[in-house]
Amino acid sequence: MELRVVDPAAAKPAKSKPIEAPASSHRRNPGFPLDLDWVERVRMNRSALERRAATLPARRTVKKDWQAAWLLKAITLMDLTTLNSDDTPGRVERLCAKARHPVRQDIIDGLGVADLEVKPAAVCVYHSFVKTAVDALKGTGINVAAVSTAFPHGLAPLSTRLAEIEASVADGANEIDIVIERGMVLRGDWQALYDEVRAMRKACGDAHIKTILGTGELATQTNVAKASLVCMLAGADFIKTSTGKEKVNANLQTSLSMVRMIRWFHEETGIEVGYKPAGGIATAKLSLDYMALIKEELGTHWLQPHLFRFGASSLLTDIERQLEHTLTGHYAADYRMPMV
Amino acid sequence: MNKIAEIFTSLDYGPAPESADVALAWLAAHDNTFGHFINGAWTKPGKTFASENPANGKVLAQVTDGTAADVDAAVKAARAAFKPWAALSGYQRGKYLYAIARLIQKHSRLFAVLETMDNGKPIRESRDVDIPLVARHFYHHAGWAQHLEREFPEHVPYGVCGQIIPWNFPLLMLAWKIAPALAAGNTVVLKPAEFTSLTALLFAEICDKAHLPKGVVNIVTGEGDTGAAITGHPDIDKIAFTGSTEVGKIIRRATAGTGKGISLELGGKSPYIVFDDADIDSAIEGLVDAIWFNQGQVCCAGSRLLVQESIEERFLEKLKKRMSTLRVGDPLDKAVDIGALVAPVQVERVRDLVKKGVAEGGQLYEPDIDVPGGGCFIKPTLITNVSTANTVANEEIFGPVLVEMSFRTPEEAVALANNTRYGLAATIWTENVNLALDIAPKLKAGVVWINSTNNFDAAVGFGGYKESGFGREGGREGMAFYLKAKWEKELKPFVAAAAKSGKSANPLDDAGGIDQTAKMYIAGKQARPDSGYSRPVHGPSGALVGEVGDGNRKDIRNAVEAARAALGWATTSAHNRAQILYFLAENLEYRADEFAARLRAQTGEDGAAEVAASVERLFAFAGWADKYDGAVHNPPQRMVATAMVEALGAMAILAPPSRPLLGSIALIAPALAMGNTVVLVPSDRSPLSMTDFYQVLETSDVPSGVLNIVTGESKVLAKTLAEHDGIDAIWFAGDAETSAMVEKASAGNVKQTWTSRGLYYDLSDKAKFEGDYFLRRATQVKNVWIPYGA
Repeated sequence: MELRVVDPAAAKPAKSKPIEAPASSHRRNPGFPLDLDWVERVRMNRSALERRAATLPARRTVKKDWQAAWLLKAITLMDLTTLNSDDTPGRVERLCAKARHPVRQDIIDGLGVADLEVKPAAVCVYHSFVKTAVDALKGTGINVAAVSTAFPHGLAPLSTRLAEIEASVADGANEIDIVIERGMVLRGDWQALYDEVRAMRKACGDAHIKTILGTGELATQTNVAKASLVCMLAGADFIKTSTGKEKVNANLQTSLSMVRMIRWFHEETGIEVGYKPAGGIATAKLSLDYMALIKEELGTHWLQPHLFRFGASSLLTDIERQLEHTLTGHYAADYRMPMV
Repeated sequence: MNKIAEIFTSLDYGPAPESADVALAWLAAHDNTFGHFINGAWTKPGKTFASENPANGKVLAQVTDGTAADVDAAVKAARAAFKPWAALSGYQRGKYLYAIARLIQKHSRLFAVLETMDNGKPIRESRDVDIPLVARHFYHHAGWAQHLEREFPEHVPYGVCGQIIPWNFPLLMLAWKIAPALAAGNTVVLKPAEFTSLTALLFAEICDKAHLPKGVVNIVTGEGDTGAAITGHPDIDKIAFTGSTEVGKIIRRATAGTGKGISLELGGKSPYIVFDDADIDSAIEGLVDAIWFNQGQVCCAGSRLLVQESIEERFLEKLKKRMSTLRVGDPLDKAVDIGALVAPVQVERVRDLVKKGVAEGGQLYEPDIDVPGGGCFIKPTLITNVSTANTVANEEIFGPVLVEMSFRTPEEAVALANNTRYGLAATIWTENVNLALDIAPKLKAGVVWINSTNNFDAAVGFGGYKESGFGREGGREGMAFYLKAKWEKELKPFVAAAAKSGKSANPLDDAGGIDQTAKMYIAGKQARPDSGYSRPVHGPSGALVGEVGDGNRKDIRNAVEAARAALGWATTSAHNRAQILYFLAENLEYRADEFAARLRAQTGEDGAAEVAASVERLFAFAGWADKYDGAVHNPPQRMVATAMVEALGAMAILAPPSRPLLGSIALIAPALAMGNTVVLVPSDRSPLSMTDFYQVLETSDVPSGVLNIVTGESKVLAKTLAEHDGIDAIWFAGDAETSAMVEKASAGNVKQTWTSRGLYYDLSDKAKFEGDYFLRRATQVKNVWIPYGA
């Protein structure tokens, strides 16, 4: 498939270096013309995806040191998130403090991995707390992500939504998690979806854009896959499953639909797009299943913070408990971990 | 560098071993040496052979090589146990099966680990696939035991069943054999494969724990000779075999003429068809389940990949990438996709076939992945650039080797898919429901999976077409193969009235009339015999009443060709077939007097009754044509499995010597109603009624080739027909000796057979023969699995 780069300038590495430096060879997705023929060629078979999703966690498992290493990696792939209506600066500061010290020092020392300087990739908050987070994370290398564009429904006027992005970027957010209008997918209005995401991508500037599909509201896996493709053509740096507010959040079969589109997009364009499942990923075991899925379907290369993120909050504590268990052989309790 | 820090960068999987301790302790508790399980007790170990772990060559246990005397003891125990077991209520038998299911679940991990150690399959498969299916099979059949009388009225168990199972799914194949046999009230003597006896021996302990009455299940271990002792044992009533087509044919020949029931589940070279509108990534993942499941040692493995040309290049590129992420290794590792082949001899066999494939021009692809040294490991293998003429495209490899070909159109896909001696399974990938449901009925295979592969369930029949064998395992269709019509056990020998050859009267002496020439009827045309000879037909007093052509092998050849050319009969609507059979009945009745007169001339009996019965029989099966149909099964997954009742194909029917008209009509009516085409050899003593009958055919819109009539000496023509590879099934009504010959000769292409073995089947008996007795024998069940979900 021949694809024309829409905006050659965008294909160059971003001017201001992101705080978390991605692999030097990484090329940001510049966006491509909307190719409706491609969109129409997308086929996803739900039953087959479910079969793969059901057997994959049984096909892959990591134990002992491997499990500890993978879990430490999982922390670095985390967007530590708080997205509640009752969030306050104090709550966000506590989250940021946890991000600076995600694992109890005695566990880190015991495992002998202080050198890895394990930290989450980003902290993810509402716009109102971007400044708080930027201040709290200064000098840590941890990105600040803002959910944007009338999160979680995405139904405010486009001008409002674009202004919201610009405001968050101005406040220092270097990652913007936008939500798409689910109705556009349900109506098959791919052009409208493309145009909006394109405009949002532009509004983000150097900040990376993650497009939240709200997969639980897209009805079919084929819709999920087509929406993934349209967002990638429009220049998404990441495609993300959910706001965490839908009835159905991230799951493995939907992840398969999305990562296989990422794979196809890469085959056709050479561009690596990131994947972010979010919502309901609360256990260490589940995070390992997701990592195995990425390793199997996209390759180990994709298990880097610029290509894979978990949207999570309580996951960190469970990982911390598992790490303590690896270290001591005793089962751990959550109240002994500094709370998120 | 700290090890964790290293893995943090590499993100390797690392080892994840399942412990073998409990299984080893169980073996040690038996001193790693086993006798047979006969009459509820262990025999003293006899001459033994080693059972090895193919992943490392270590000996797990010594297993007794069963002798003919051992088999005899087991059969005696099973025979003694049969009457009381069959006399239990279905509920009581069901409770035993339920207990077995429960016990298997309770000890599921021990079974799984032992299976993996003995067979080499990954623990994930034995744990998540084999053992759960085993338990499910016993649960399902517990229900059948209880509902048997209601669902199969007037049916009885065979008696003692001899069961011989393969090494690829040791315990699962045991379950497929034992559960339905026991539910139906049979007792069994089962021989596990020599490579994999251990879980069958553990199962014996489970039977004991379930307090199964002594002798109901007997396990005799051993090799080929032990199996032969079972198939040859005179006191065994039914043989059920799963294994190679080669051995299946030997068993068919060995049991010919013995009256033993037989079901064979044999080899395959199953097509895996991917259309250009498939979910390609899912189709590729499906291949992992199709050909790299159980190291490809699966009789229904999707081993022949057929990809639409328009997507071939992209598909193969993706497939190769997928192959490179498969993990081959220690079967007890929980994160391994492909374990060890069952034995070194199999590794050699597979390697030889791959070499041959390459020598014949195939292009070999093996991913660059690690494989453990030592042990029976083979990398997942793909051979492209293969054509239909290549060995690897035809022979069952029974290893992790996929061969690939492309096709251009749906029609070509079907032609390639069916271009094989086998007919076990097939897989179709397309997102177009119209295409999928168009292709499925056209594939000559007992199981068709749409957008999925290797689905199994106790409620859904499994079994083959063509040289993949006959009989079904699972579901209602499977139960039927362990039951027999009650009256069939009470049949008496047929005493034929001695044929008299009186003085040859010249038919021309008969007053008036023009000389009649009774011809054969082939491809919708009257045909003279190739030989140019005629056979006399005598009346009851020995007077010559006419002459018919003396058919020979060339006439049979022509008739079979015509029958095969007319196979489209099966796809004409059942309503249409019904109409034609009704019309036949109507036209026969129209000429009732004439047919009655001809019957009188040949038999001396009042023919009117036989004509009336024949008309009624045609009417009956016209009525059946659109009613004897399939079912929709409900497997536990989100799928339906439609059990379609399909014709067998081109059938040979050799009518009994008696009842010149009804004897033929009673057999051809069900065959034709179900969509088979037929080569009929009418009564060789009194063939004139059926040569008259072609005039009825000609006035009844029967498409040419659907029914072909060849007159001649029955037993001579029977041999040619039984040996003919173009004949899919053969029915012979006549003497025991010819019946045995027919069964033996049928092994060539594993025909389905029905023979009367010299017994008296009173075909005028409506209660027995106007219903499903012959319908079932004229059809085979194809299960089409259709997953759904928006």
